[in-house]
Amino acid sequence: MPQPSRSPPRSALGSLVLIAALVGVVGAAFAYTAGWLAPGRLTPDRLVDSLAPPGGPALGFRRNHAKGICVTGRFEANGAGAALSRAPMLAQGSFPVLGRLNIAGPNPASPDASVPVRGFGWRIAAPDGQEWRSAMIDPPVFPVATPEDFYALQQAAGSGRPERMQEFAAAHPSFGAFVNWIRTAPKTASWAETRFNGLNSFTFTDAGGTARVVRWSLIPAAAPVPVTAEQLGQRGPDFLRQDIVERLRTGPVRWTLAVTVAEPGDPTADPTKPWPAERRTVEVGTLVIDAAQPEPEGACRDLNFDPAVLPDGMGTSDDPFPAARSSAYAKSYDRRTAEVEEYRRATGGGR
Amino acid sequence: MSGTTIAGAARFTPAQRALHWAMALCILAMLFIGVGMVSTIRPIYLVMVAIHRPLGIAILVLALVRLLLRWRHGAPPLPAGMPEAMKLAARLSHYAFYALMLALPLLGWAMLSAAGYPATMVGGWALPPIMPRSATLHSVLWGAHHYLALAFFALILLHFAAALYHALVRRDGVFEAMAPGGLPGHAPGRVAAE
Ligand code: HEM
Ligand code: HEM
Repeated sequence: MPQPSRSPPRSALGSLVLIAALVGVVGAAFAYTAGWLAPGRLTPDRLVDSLAPPGGPALGFRRNHAKGICVTGRFEANGAGAALSRAPMLAQGSFPVLGRLNIAGPNPASPDASVPVRGFGWRIAAPDGQEWRSAMIDPPVFPVATPEDFYALQQAAGSGRPERMQEFAAAHPSFGAFVNWIRTAPKTASWAETRFNGLNSFTFTDAGGTARVVRWSLIPAAAPVPVTAEQLGQRGPDFLRQDIVERLRTGPVRWTLAVTVAEPGDPTADPTKPWPAERRTVEVGTLVIDAAQPEPEGACRDLNFDPAVLPDGMGTSDDPFPAARSSAYAKSYDRRTAEVEEYRRATGGGR
Repeated sequence: MSGTTIAGAARFTPAQRALHWAMALCILAMLFIGVGMVSTIRPIYLVMVAIHRPLGIAILVLALVRLLLRWRHGAPPLPAGMPEAMKLAARLSHYAFYALMLALPLLGWAMLSAAGYPATMVGGWALPPIMPRSATLHSVLWGAHHYLALAFFALILLHFAAALYHALVRRDGVFEAMAPGGLPGHAPGRVAAE
């Protein structure tokens, strides 16, 4: 082999050391990016782990809002939303809906009365394949202002030490509004009488390119009938499911989808802070549910109601939750889809 | 099969070299974005996901173009003085690179399809699903995407080390065959084996 004459010969050992160093630097940068060298980073794995009860998660089930029922129906858009967003499902029309009515918490066997928070995940599909997914809950405010605080709350709640919760509440004053809602807000005995709130804020962009920050709520068509916690406690463990199946036998269940527009200075990044009641609110259509399916057979089981799956004309805002939720929901989804066998064994059915 | 000969050096064609370095950059970026996004819950998560999908599909398209160029123009021969075992390792690793460049984007796309996520590229435009909805399929595809991506990075580290070994220790022209730009002044050509 002819030796090149272009550079002064370096010792082979020196070159090998240089090569090892360069490879090591690239490898270390990769490990750092992957979080392998950062045990303190709040990863989706740690966030999802923090939701598990002391005995470990229910394998195959959602890591939060584990108990629920699949529902199907349609979204009847009245066209008013087109003034706020160019999303195809806000133009007047009817669009198929797949949803999941649920209760919060990691335990798919919780008695319905034992869980104070109810949820509704849904997906509205447009003919061109675009989707609007959302997962909403019934409190008017979220318990914590940031995803990091959410993690701290799970850790305090999971510690089994009441003083940790007291410390958390003292350090996070806005937590009080949520606790107060749980203690004092009138309950109902039906998802159909429940108002659901998106709580997180998003950006709507209209056809002209104007962007506005919004939140949305589902207002039930059925008049809420207040019941006391004692009355709920006397019902069966699955009264919510029985109620919705019963109602659907006589006709569809409806909610009005209302979009509220923020004004400059409103706390768009903090779901513990409601916006002033006089903010412009646009009713954009009606969510109609006409059938329910048990989760093991329903199409909602293997769907992730990831709040960051949005059509053109909708996007995230400065609210940090949708990104954190999207990351954590994907992790929960990855885990539960790897546990289909366990799910089948636990439910005695399904695919 | 022969590469172009510049001043006695057997090199890949300029188009092949340009693609090699552009794709190297993109793939490395994809690997870092991939492990970065699955380990964060911060708002940058959504930014990384929004880059990961279309950049991965761009790599799939570029890999097909590259395969075509490779088939049309071939590759310069490896130096005669290279041990047979080393030549075999080089050839096998190149097959593995082509397989991974095609498989990883397809697996990513198939994984999204099996989960029923839209494979959004830009704006509201998404690729159609290429796999039926299935939790079991999603899980298998997820595992394949995850482990093959890590294997891809390991192979890139090996490839990087081997390229530097050719450039700094063996100085046999193998690195120059793929080096970007023109050859430095009086660099020696590789002594072709065939
Ligand atoms: C950082 C904060 C949060 C974390 C870590 C978190 C975590 C989770 C997880 C892991 C799931 C299961 C997802 C799946 O496997 O598909 C879930 C479901 C759900 N979450 Fe959250 N969540 C957060 C904030 C919120 C907020 C702000 C809301 C409502 C405004 C909400 C409402 C829901 C609902 C309704 C479901 C059930 C969706 C379904 O039926 O599939 N979550 N959450
Ligand atoms: C050359 C192409 C690609 C490379 C090198 C690559 C690499 C990676 C890596 C390293 C990860 C992190 C794996 C982990 O640590 O779990 C990842 C995750 C992921 N990739 Fe790719 N990827 C490619 C193409 C694609 C494409 C084309 C798509 C979709 C269209 C895609 C979708 C995904 C998704 C959804 C995840 C997250 C999976 C999860 O839920 O954990 N990838 N990718």
